[in-house]
Amino acid sequence: MRIFRLAGRRLAASIPTLALILVGVFLLLQFAPGDTVDAMMAQMGGGDAATAKELRKFYGLDLSIPAQLGNYLWRLIRLDLGFSSIYGKPVASVILERLPPTILLMTASLSFAFFFGIVFGVIAARGVNKWPDTLISILGLIFYATPSFWFGLMAIVVFSIYLQWLPAGGFENIGALQTGIWRTLDIARHLVLPTLTLGLIFLAIYLRIMRASMLEVLNLDYVRTARAKGLDETRVVIRHVLRNALLPMVTLIGLQAGTMLGGSVVVESVFSLPGLGRLAYESVVQRDLNTLLGIVFVSALLVIVVNFAVDLVYARLDPRIAAEG
Amino acid sequence: MDFTRLAINRRTALLTSAAIAANVINPLRALAQETPRKGGVFNVHYGAEQRQLNPSIQASTGVYIISGKIQENLVDLDADGKPVGVLAESWEASPDGKTVTFRLRKGVTWHDGKPFTSADVAFTAMNMWKKILNYGSTLQLFLTAVDTPDPHIAIFRYERPMPLNLLLRALPDLGYISAKHLYESGDIRPNPVNLAPVGTGPFKFVKYERGQYVMADRNPDYWRPNAPYLDRIVWRVITDRAAAAAQMEAGELHYSPFSGLTISDMSRLSKDKRFVVSTRGNEGNARTNTLEFNFRRKELSDIRVRRAVAHAINVPFFIDNFLGDFARLGTGPIPSTSTDFYPGAGTPQYPYDKAKAAALLDEAGYKRGSGGTRFSLRLLPAPWGEDISLWSTFIQQSLSEVGITVEIVRNDGGGFLKQVYDEHAFDLATGWHQYRNDPAVSTTVWYRSGQPKGAPWTNQWGWQDPAVDKTIDDAATEVDPARRKALYAEFVKQVNTEVPVWMPIEQIFVTVISARARNHSNTPRWGSSSWHDLWLSA
Repeated sequence: MRIFRLAGRRLAASIPTLALILVGVFLLLQFAPGDTVDAMMAQMGGGDAATAKELRKFYGLDLSIPAQLGNYLWRLIRLDLGFSSIYGKPVASVILERLPPTILLMTASLSFAFFFGIVFGVIAARGVNKWPDTLISILGLIFYATPSFWFGLMAIVVFSIYLQWLPAGGFENIGALQTGIWRTLDIARHLVLPTLTLGLIFLAIYLRIMRASMLEVLNLDYVRTARAKGLDETRVVIRHVLRNALLPMVTLIGLQAGTMLGGSVVVESVFSLPGLGRLAYESVVQRDLNTLLGIVFVSALLVIVVNFAVDLVYARLDPRIAAEG
Repeated sequence: MDFTRLAINRRTALLTSAAIAANVINPLRALAQETPRKGGVFNVHYGAEQRQLNPSIQASTGVYIISGKIQENLVDLDADGKPVGVLAESWEASPDGKTVTFRLRKGVTWHDGKPFTSADVAFTAMNMWKKILNYGSTLQLFLTAVDTPDPHIAIFRYERPMPLNLLLRALPDLGYISAKHLYESGDIRPNPVNLAPVGTGPFKFVKYERGQYVMADRNPDYWRPNAPYLDRIVWRVITDRAAAAAQMEAGELHYSPFSGLTISDMSRLSKDKRFVVSTRGNEGNARTNTLEFNFRRKELSDIRVRRAVAHAINVPFFIDNFLGDFARLGTGPIPSTSTDFYPGAGTPQYPYDKAKAAALLDEAGYKRGSGGTRFSLRLLPAPWGEDISLWSTFIQQSLSEVGITVEIVRNDGGGFLKQVYDEHAFDLATGWHQYRNDPAVSTTVWYRSGQPKGAPWTNQWGWQDPAVDKTIDDAATEVDPARRKALYAEFVKQVNTEVPVWMPIEQIFVTVISARARNHSNTPRWGSSSWHDLWLSA
């Protein structure tokens, strides 16, 4: 029951934020020169003024800006995200189509980064300033400093062009459409390179944070007590240190899950994946307000949900936090 | 300007052009005698998704590259660039040019099994070409009716004379037919058929996964005997150019049309035996790089300043160093690939001459002030194509040498069109002028006065010349081909004298295609054409 009350309170608190974000994005896009019809003309390679006027009417752009904003908000209250001008169908269904690849990619690369971040962070912290630590830290710096599009392209060159082990792009094999478990395996094969590309940067962050936080906790009094009790080092690390060292990691994953759910334009473009990031980019270029606002709305909702989940995890990891909340 | 770096660029450009020339000729000649092989999947790079796929209501290569295989046009262009019947078998015009009669092919069916008739032609012409299709609505402005006395005869009636050669050169792009029975009820624009096209062509639409791919399969009932050869075509949506090049190399793509890869990747792949890199098959999609002047700026309304700007820019140097073999020196709005209308290079030209440029600017009263600057201008480059970006920087540096400071203001597509053609918030603008086989389709609008504000790629310069307007109007309704050609030669001479827009570079799109493909690039608009004879060797 307490959870639901907490959830309700959180949701109520985030409604004004959500409204502010939506109105802000709407107004910002008004400052960008050109509207969706200009963008369409650019794509078509030209057209006459009568066509343009006709199209503006078709997309409802002949109304004043406050009227357009009012219409939008009123529709939103009725949970209607509107109609996408690029896709010619309801925004909700456009976003729903793009959500699975995005969520798959994000979950895969975050789990990859989180898991290996912990492993490498612990290894580095336990051998601080010895060679494993130096090696891991250098690798982390390289991963962090390399732009992801370059990583992606190099991975394609090595694994798809030279070795021919993995596909160079796409979400699944189009030549022979598969079903059931084979389709799952096929999609997994297509996601290996994008997951690595996106995950490596996050891996670098996680292992640095994990290393620092491990080092901090390792020096606390209760760890010395645990050692004095005669516990072996593995037990000390896993049962006493790790759990407390995880707190900053959980904070970080909560923050990053939010950004990552907005999609990654770069990785999605390099690997030709149909994700939310590319959709958002395209809607900005095409001035497709409804789609863009829809994506903002959905990602904002997801951020709120993820943050709530993170709070719950905090409480489990450290009961003191729940007592205060 | 950093000349040492340019010198290196020049050398690589020359080397790669030699390599391209070698590569283009060999595979085509060597393989002329093979027997076509049936079957295979052809994978095509699709760079920019469109909002819909019906070529009867949207004229753009992004639509033709897909629907040109599914829907068909009345006429197309043959290997020599001459009109050849597709859904029309023959045609004739009345002597006054006010009626054009098309005799249609018999025994053609739509992919859903219904017969194709003149009712489809009449419906498409009156409701799509005349009302919705970009450029079509201008071309068919004076179309009053399409009579259908017989299921296989369509008679186009015009209020003013329509030159037959104009119509026949415009119809390959602006003459795609849609099925009346699928469109006659309800609004045309939101009709779902626009995203799942139904046609009479060699390939049947199968599936469109937005953001991923479009798929079409062989039409077993196609009217041409033994065609098509391919089993399936898949268009893969790949927005990143470098990623598309990688997929070409990994063998996942067979064809990247319309300069879809970066200039450096095209040069690199041209040295690889697995690919053919060429401008062949794109002659019908010629374009020129522009420099557009805003006459609302006092300085630019002076003809001496416009000419000085043109004289200050070393175009051959730019082409050699940055565009290599993919471009050549332009001589005006009608490119040299347009054999029917190209007036030759005898019209006024503005060769590179810095001293002359400086003298013209002095004469116009714009002497170098403090710091050597005469005045400054805002240049808006269009965001399509890396050549425009390079060209705008080159303009900036060239003009700074004669004392004109240029500030480059970059926008995305929608922003560029709005600022230049609607708000007129530019001094100089640069982009592409697309030439569509006849100057009346999309070229003369760049110069004819009275264009409504906001219409992209039209005369928005604040410039008008009654003599030019008259030449344009006369040519548009002149039915005699020889007199029409002479009028357009006169037009080029006039606008090259006044230079409201300068078009100094000609370009043709570059094709990158697998060396396994046969019968490719064999017409001037091959990327848009139906591919009924395309096949893949083993």
